[in-house]
Amino acid sequence: MSIKGKAYIGGVFEHPTREAIGYSTPQLHAECAKGALEDAGLTKDDIDGYFCAGDAPGFGALSMADYMGLKLRHLDSTETGGSSYIVHVGHAAEAIAAGKCSVALITLAGRPRTQRMGMGGGGGGPGRGGPPPGGGFSDVPEAGFENIYGGSTHNTYGMCAARHMHEYGTTSEQLAWIKVAASHHAQWNEHAMLREVVTVEEVLDSPMIATPLHRMDCCVISDGGGAVLVVSPEVAKSLNRPKVRIIGAGEAPKGPRGGNDLDLTYSGAVWSGPPAFAEAGVTPQDMKYASIYDSFTITVLMQIEDLGFCKKGEGGKFVADGNLISGVGKLPFNTDGGGLCNNHPTNRGGITKVIEAVRQLRGEAHPKVQVPNCDLAIAHGTGGSLGTRHGAGTVIMEREA
Amino acid sequence: MSDVRTDTRAQTRRIPAPAINNESKPFWDAATEGRFLIKRCGDCGKAHWYPRAICPYCFSLNTSWEESPGEGVIYTFSIMYRNTPTPYAIGYVNLNEGPAVLTNFVDCDLATLAIGQTVKVRFQPTENGPPVPVFAPV
Repeated sequence: MSIKGKAYIGGVFEHPTREAIGYSTPQLHAECAKGALEDAGLTKDDIDGYFCAGDAPGFGALSMADYMGLKLRHLDSTETGGSSYIVHVGHAAEAIAAGKCSVALITLAGRPRTQRMGMGGGGGGPGRGGPPPGGGFSDVPEAGFENIYGGSTHNTYGMCAARHMHEYGTTSEQLAWIKVAASHHAQWNEHAMLREVVTVEEVLDSPMIATPLHRMDCCVISDGGGAVLVVSPEVAKSLNRPKVRIIGAGEAPKGPRGGNDLDLTYSGAVWSGPPAFAEAGVTPQDMKYASIYDSFTITVLMQIEDLGFCKKGEGGKFVADGNLISGVGKLPFNTDGGGLCNNHPTNRGGITKVIEAVRQLRGEAHPKVQVPNCDLAIAHGTGGSLGTRHGAGTVIMEREA
Repeated sequence: MSDVRTDTRAQTRRIPAPAINNESKPFWDAATEGRFLIKRCGDCGKAHWYPRAICPYCFSLNTSWEESPGEGVIYTFSIMYRNTPTPYAIGYVNLNEGPAVLTNFVDCDLATLAIGQTVKVRFQPTENGPPVPVFAPV
């Protein structure tokens, strides 16, 4: 069974806050849900499916479903870090295609900035889920062998960048172009944390965080959240919104799996991308717009290669010289400013990737970055760490004429 | 000031006690004696890391501990400057037996650490726990 055309994006909402002083996390989830319902023109009682991941407080989906007063017939709390919400779109489409629900709500929210969680809190860096470093008992299998080495998202992604540079000659200047492109888009987003356009030199001059990644190679730490409503074709028809169809989805985990033939130069996108494109019946070259997870600049470069926008190892050349800037280059990406400049709520950027892709397909992106006649778009994410174990999620969407 | 670092020798980073469970206990008992163990499958013959009771390649339960000299080459590394009193290097070593091991690089000049460099295991003490494997250039 294919999900192609079996489900639509009915509503989306990105919370405008980037510093949620005085908020609780459940409150943020619920405000995002409310925003998506208003965007779609639906009410809470229309929701019969709910999807959330590890950022939702409490017992899987149960606490949040109860908090929001949802009456449900389908639940899914698949956890793949920051890519969870892209995976959820695919799962929601499957559930709708199978008749298990007709209006599926996906929420993400959190407050890493005001709670000073700092680096990589939600991303599931090495050993996430074990006890705090300091010993004791843990049944997280890798915990004892990894948590002790000071791994963070910064340095484990840094390891990937270092190896990519070693094998393919990728340069810091090329990585910097990814941040430069994101900053060109963020200048038009009133909610973006960093709206100043930056240059390659400014990226390279920013402090070294974890070699070879500079501060400006890293995404922002922001509070906030987002919500997406995936709906059945019947519900979509009843809504007064542009129709965005889900036409392909893929997902895959990647990890060292025993440690032989370790290769940190590619991501799980090599497995999540091809089935999504095949299901959709389109190619990477058909995409008018791409939301590409940007926890770090290297994340973008590797995923662009792995999804087939260019050959493996040629990502550096592909992203350089403004090729990702809307209206300038061949592949407009993250036109909201992405995680690098706009928002990386609760250290997980997956849902904002879906939301900006939907804005583009509806023609509702900022006029300065809107891609003309944007009828095909991809949202792709990585959750966890590229340097240890991560989940990849891909969704391809189409605007219905 | 701390930004004038003329000495790039890796300084000793405090390492917390590792988490231990029933499956990993023999590794840490051997570490206490200064021996570095890896797991090898008696059926497919492959070594793997981190050690498991079941082979992640052929799913055989016939795995056993073997002592390794702990020699290999650096696959990749990153030097961490943020949120740390002193910079430290984290990376993977490709052991000569095959598997890659996540670790810290110690007793080295951080400025000359390189992918492909030959390294060997040593053990660093932890607080209230067994010593943990780290690697240093040979």
